[in-house]
Amino acid sequence: MEERNLTCINCPMGCSLKVKIYDDKIEVEGNICSRGKEYAENEVTNPKRTVTSTIKVVGGERPVVSVKTTGEIPKKNIFDLMKIINDKSVNAPVKIGEVLIKDVFGVNVVATSNVDRA
Amino acid sequence: MERDLVIIGGGPAGLAAAIEAKEKGIDDILIIERDKSLGGILNQCIHNGFGLHIFGEQLTGPEYADRFIKKAKDLGIEYYLNTMVLNMTEDKTITVLNENEGLFNIKAKAVICAMGCRERTRGALNIPGTRPSGVFTAGAAQRFVNMEGYNVGKEVVILGSGDIGLIMARRMTLEGAKVKMVLEIMPYSTGLKRNIVQCLDDFDIPLKFNYTVVKIHGRERLEGVTIAKVDENRKPIEQTFEYVKCDTLLLSVGLIPENELSREAGVEIDRVTSGPIVTEAMQTSIDGIFACGNVVHVHDLVDFVTMESRLAGRMAAKYIKGELKKDGDFISTKGIDGIRYVVPHKINPENVEDNVNFFMRVDNVYKNVIIYAEHDGQIIYKAKKPMVSPGEMESIKIKKNVFENIKSGEIKFGLRRA
Repeated sequence: MEERNLTCINCPMGCSLKVKIYDDKIEVEGNICSRGKEYAENEVTNPKRTVTSTIKVVGGERPVVSVKTTGEIPKKNIFDLMKIINDKSVNAPVKIGEVLIKDVFGVNVVATSNVDRA
Repeated sequence: MERDLVIIGGGPAGLAAAIEAKEKGIDDILIIERDKSLGGILNQCIHNGFGLHIFGEQLTGPEYADRFIKKAKDLGIEYYLNTMVLNMTEDKTITVLNENEGLFNIKAKAVICAMGCRERTRGALNIPGTRPSGVFTAGAAQRFVNMEGYNVGKEVVILGSGDIGLIMARRMTLEGAKVKMVLEIMPYSTGLKRNIVQCLDDFDIPLKFNYTVVKIHGRERLEGVTIAKVDENRKPIEQTFEYVKCDTLLLSVGLIPENELSREAGVEIDRVTSGPIVTEAMQTSIDGIFACGNVVHVHDLVDFVTMESRLAGRMAAKYIKGELKKDGDFISTKGIDGIRYVVPHKINPENVEDNVNFFMRVDNVYKNVIIYAEHDGQIIYKAKKPMVSPGEMESIKIKKNVFENIKSGEIKFGLRRA
């Protein structure tokens, strides 16, 4: 059995959760509502995060454009994705919503702002 | 130049107020923005989590701003960029400066102050030591990294656990920097819980409570800081002094509403919020000068800025059309027993729409409490809270009929044990 301590992020209460991980089941203690249990189970089995960053822009009014993943990716792949993002550059203009990197870790990376040509 | 409505600041507050006023029939509106684009500080807040209350989805800062910028442009609302307001007077004459037109005056029928806030700096903290490069406010570093494409450092210590500091801890970690620790002088964080978990815990960045920086080292570039634990009076304890090597120190130690213009005009300021004293209509102590957003009090969520600013826009429109009631008695508000401040400060029941949304902050972390509102010994509102914290703004809605019954006097908001 493995034990992990987590803080629930669903509301300002921030319950301190104790999660016991057995071979065949997961037990959660310290939550005052069901959202805490669900959160803890996801966190210990398959934690996922949305990643936001910037991508280099060539010939733009600004040197970078802000981007996000269109969904959550496995937490363990965050730094792999950052490497891909940092190796990428795009030409201006960039429009908000434009797909800049396709199909990485099951999501796309899209622009979240506009960058016009310089 | 004469204008019906001038809005100072083109961030989330100014944009929401302008859109609302336009939709309520005011055509002659001008937004004045000092930066080169609309959207304000949202443009550098590239993380997500904005818009859950207003749009029911999670947006990044630039996306949230874009929705309002698009709407304002679609409605044909006029705006000046790269334009600075230098002065505002009691009679709503605004002195403005930009490169194209030089220095000129605008006489407005109504003004909405939406200037936002700025960060507390090293100077305000009086940290001893040398003055090397590498000491930034968290928001300045955020702008460098997210908008100018410039990484500010490799080995980072963050002082203060405000939200921008937490967000920057994650951002710099993703960009390859080593964030060694976040220090918080108080025994609790003023940042949102989800930021502590997703920005610090996710990357094993330690958050040290009751700690501060007592000295800055380095001649050209920052070389390190001396950190120390503080006692219950927040005095550094000498035996705990410790040198930490770093090339970057980020300060996330509080935000201050930017009210130089309001003060010059003679607007009355609340000493706790550092923002104007406002009515139920978000009107300041000067007739026809309104205020909304972080210039009034610092919000945690932009969604609440939007709600407050829409109200200011609606009420400014009413004022211009001569529909806002000025006379009659005002009910005043006050925070007691654990409530540090309450906004709005004054209520004229005749101008209340369906209800009044009161925003307030508590002075410490409390568990299992009741937030109550009391008027003349009578409890007019109460709600149970499992936990309240200075880092999370509380909001309370009270219905119009409650004010119609009481008409004058003072409403006190407080906390007591559940």
